[in-house]
Amino acid sequence: MARVAFRWTVLAVFGVFFLLPLVAMAEFSARDEKTWPLLLDWPRLSAEYPGLAEGILSSLGQAALTALLMLVLLVPTAIWVRLRLPGLRPLVEFLCLLPLTIPAIVLVVGLAPVYAWVNYLIGGSSQTLVLAYTVLVLPYAYRAIDTGLSAIDVKTLAEAARGLGAGWATVIWRVVLPNIRSAVLSAAFLTVALVLGEFTIASLLHRTNLQVAIEALGKSSAGVSVAVSLTALMLAFVLLLVLSLAGSPRKERS
Amino acid sequence: MARRPRLRGGALLGTVPFFAYVTIFLIIPTLVVVIGAFTGDGGRGFTLENVRALGDDHIAAAFGRSITLSASSAIIGAVLGAILAYALVTGKPDGLLRRVVTAAAGVLAQFGGVTLAFAFLATIGLSGFVTLWLQEHGLDPYANGVWLFELPGLTLVYTYFQIPLMVIVFLPALDGIRPQWREAATSLGGTTWQYWTRVAGPLLAPAFLGSTLLLFANAFSAYATAAALVSQGSPIVPLQIRGALTSEVVLGQANLGKAMALGMVIVVAVVMALYSLLQKRTAKWLG
Repeated sequence: MARVAFRWTVLAVFGVFFLLPLVAMAEFSARDEKTWPLLLDWPRLSAEYPGLAEGILSSLGQAALTALLMLVLLVPTAIWVRLRLPGLRPLVEFLCLLPLTIPAIVLVVGLAPVYAWVNYLIGGSSQTLVLAYTVLVLPYAYRAIDTGLSAIDVKTLAEAARGLGAGWATVIWRVVLPNIRSAVLSAAFLTVALVLGEFTIASLLHRTNLQVAIEALGKSSAGVSVAVSLTALMLAFVLLLVLSLAGSPRKERS
Repeated sequence: MARRPRLRGGALLGTVPFFAYVTIFLIIPTLVVVIGAFTGDGGRGFTLENVRALGDDHIAAAFGRSITLSASSAIIGAVLGAILAYALVTGKPDGLLRRVVTAAAGVLAQFGGVTLAFAFLATIGLSGFVTLWLQEHGLDPYANGVWLFELPGLTLVYTYFQIPLMVIVFLPALDGIRPQWREAATSLGGTTWQYWTRVAGPLLAPAFLGSTLLLFANAFSAYATAAALVSQGSPIVPLQIRGALTSEVVLGQANLGKAMALGMVIVVAVVMALYSLLQKRTAKWLG
């Protein structure tokens, strides 16, 4: 009984601590009753806060493009290394996990000269951030895809397909990929959630995205920026919650 | 057999896009930081000047504050997170409650940056929800000055993502504790106190310490939350780097920022190395 009481007391205290800021955001953004209706009215929002609208559109574009680039770059490489170059796996893994030990603020310092070239070659569009974001999400995406690949017998599948006359492109695209669909999906979800929350690189490379726009808006219209923050947060929350609740029963501990 | 070498070359070709990409956007930036830290301004030769400048009062103080902030938020996060994790393992292992809490922890551990800063501004900012409520009841949290935008405030805000991270990394270790060990201790006449200090405590210590180090590295690398919260001065290293980046032309200290960045990487690398060392030790018993 003492244990049950302990458990619920602890959970209640932590529950209040973690819910309070969310409740406060809801209350704060509802102080001006015009705030929330404005968020649902896209034409008016983009007319009144063009910077915010631009940031939202940039972030959506960045999230989609980063997920796409990450998948194109990582999935074939991970499958290929497993099938043909197992000796390279430690190196690929090391490189993919390296961004974990390099804080984003440090990466920005090194990226500045690289982006001078990016500016020169492709221009200064906010979508060029996708190039840096792909590196940023590498550890998370790699772990998700690697877990997926470990769960199936890639080698046998590939040999069977090759034996039936399939080329390597067919093996990767039509045999292995459908088998790691859920891993690919979770890598994409994580990417979207991380990109929607990114601020450091965008702000220091002088490009815009959702977080940069929210921060800029915070100085003039706190209510709107808190409301947008809460919406973005809820979106990431739902995305990751669906991911972890849907993912957990399948990966039963052996 | 004779085809082997050609095939290997062909196989390597398949990894070229990945390696080329990682080289441009990860390896080169890292080298820029490392080499830049030892290069004079204007690209003139090798120098230790930038690294020596890390000893300057305001930079050394920023490193000191960064370490204090990271350590205090890591310790608070680790202790509170461990308590929450323990409360979870006393429940049903596959119950809905545990799944929801771990899922929520997974989300909250990633929650940082501008959004988190604004969440706390709406909560205990000068016109925040809790601040107003407390003031209505005759309590002013800011009676002795506004602490939200300084180290104590940052520590409080950081615990919001440190506690969930602790839950995620410490839970597997707690799960590794077998009930049989407690039964063995009890049947040999041990008290609960003896069980915790002689059996469970020493077994969990490496995992606890390792998790605390991970939390330290996490807080040490954080930038966005502090950037959105602190608008005056640059109390911690990431904000000093921002200053060096945005005003490098004026001050002519382009490479000082790189030296500070290198300093951060070294601190994080040392902490992470210790972490993986402790992780191996944990795996021995609680794997």
